[in-house]
Amino acid sequence: MSKLSRRQLITAGLATAAGASGLAAAAGLARRYGLIPPDGGGLYGPGETLTYAAQRVLTRHSMAREFAPGQISKPPFANEIAPLGDAFKRLEAGGFAGWRLAVDGMVARPASFRVDELKSFPRSSQITHLACEEGWSYIAEWSGVPLSHVLSLVGTLPQARYVVYRSFQPDWWESIDMADALHPQTLIAHGMNGGELPVAFGGPLRLRVPRQLGYKNVKFITRLTVTDDLKQFGKGLGSASPEAGYAWYAGI
Amino acid sequence: MKDVRGARAASRTIYLSRFTVRRGGSIDTISPMADSVWGQPAASAVPRTGAPARHPALVRVTHWITAAAFLALLVSGLELVVSHPRFYWGEAGNVHTPPLFRIPIPSSRATVPTGYGYVLPDQNGWSRYLHFQSAWVAVLTGLLYASWGLFSGHFRRSLVPGRADLARRGFWRRAREKDPWSYNPVQRLSYLAVVFVLFPLIVWTGLAMSPAIAAAAPSAVAILGGQQSARTIHFIVTILLTLFFVVHVVMVWLAGFRSRVRGMITGRPGARREGA
Repeated sequence: MSKLSRRQLITAGLATAAGASGLAAAAGLARRYGLIPPDGGGLYGPGETLTYAAQRVLTRHSMAREFAPGQISKPPFANEIAPLGDAFKRLEAGGFAGWRLAVDGMVARPASFRVDELKSFPRSSQITHLACEEGWSYIAEWSGVPLSHVLSLVGTLPQARYVVYRSFQPDWWESIDMADALHPQTLIAHGMNGGELPVAFGGPLRLRVPRQLGYKNVKFITRLTVTDDLKQFGKGLGSASPEAGYAWYAGI
Repeated sequence: MKDVRGARAASRTIYLSRFTVRRGGSIDTISPMADSVWGQPAASAVPRTGAPARHPALVRVTHWITAAAFLALLVSGLELVVSHPRFYWGEAGNVHTPPLFRIPIPSSRATVPTGYGYVLPDQNGWSRYLHFQSAWVAVLTGLLYASWGLFSGHFRRSLVPGRADLARRGFWRRAREKDPWSYNPVQRLSYLAVVFVLFPLIVWTGLAMSPAIAAAAPSAVAILGGQQSARTIHFIVTILLTLFFVVHVVMVWLAGFRSRVRGMITGRPGARREGA
């Protein structure tokens, strides 16, 4: 067996100490600047934190790629959805006139919007790629009102850090940070490929977050809650995904 | 039996050994090469044992971290493929799109038409967490190894084929019979291909699948032909890396598993025992 020389021992010791203090300093900075995701604890916390922090530092303002109309997938793929139940069927039969999107939490003026109200707001459309974590994807044209517009109507408080959004389907809820919530391409989508947003794709209202995977694009949204702390929601991991074993941040 | 012994002897010649076991049993430890962590001549770094380390400490540490990360990436990656064992070319692809090819295995999703009458359990959650965490380990370790290798001259010395290697000796033989620890040209080119082609390519195609990275660096996706092309290339490079891994382990086995593994752990291949 080789013997460590004194110089090697000192070098290794110094390197370890420098590495450990560097890690501690980095963790402190990450906490201070909100770069630790809500599922940043536990076995896979380091990897998730590195991904989320690196992307928020380097790609916060980047725009999702937009495609030409000729690149729209025909037909798009409608993923499986859990049975929607009678209450949904009744709303659908009524043309979703009874559908409400409530906005509450850290806002100056909590409000509840009808679908036709949302359709009367400034409309934004995009031809973007939607990728499922499973590996498949499609390109579609999405239209709707930018989430940032609705947030400015209700007046988010300065300490707001996340927007929690819930589906009509129980147990399906997600959240995004303000970087994605205020991003110009994040839409409350009500239209797809030139028509109404079909129920199979999340109609009447779906949150479209084109810089994250499909599962962050929750279908049938009914409520937005602005908050500065995700600990009070569910198990405190940020959304239903980490509770089911999936990462909270899905920009990868 | 004779074949086995012949193969072992041949593989000794092929495989990179810093120690050569002479038929007479004496141990040859000629080493003009740098071998400490910093690439200084080994004689000064390891003065007392007489024999230089088979592999520098940095190579040994990064080797095993990379090996662990690779296996974690392979297992989790294969698990992820099961959720959609179809591959496409271009930007978008789904079950309505004709695949470039498909793997004839059952899927963990009922929406994928596989021809099997059952659906495997969904294991994507932990697989994805493990895959991305291991990717960070592999990338950070790879950056350390590559920057050290360039800085210390490790690549130039141990991996880049010399003029003598490429001359008439043949690709399967070392250039200088008196340097029995060096790699032959095929080995040198294989390691260089893994370090400088396959590894960067698997990282690049992996990043190109990310929606946020695609937004930040659209040309990195466009060069590959789209996000589904990136996924397909990622899969093909995985197969090539796995082939390299299998051949690598087989060669280590043929060359003497215990001494090679010991050499990569402690730096000492246990030459005394082998020579005895």
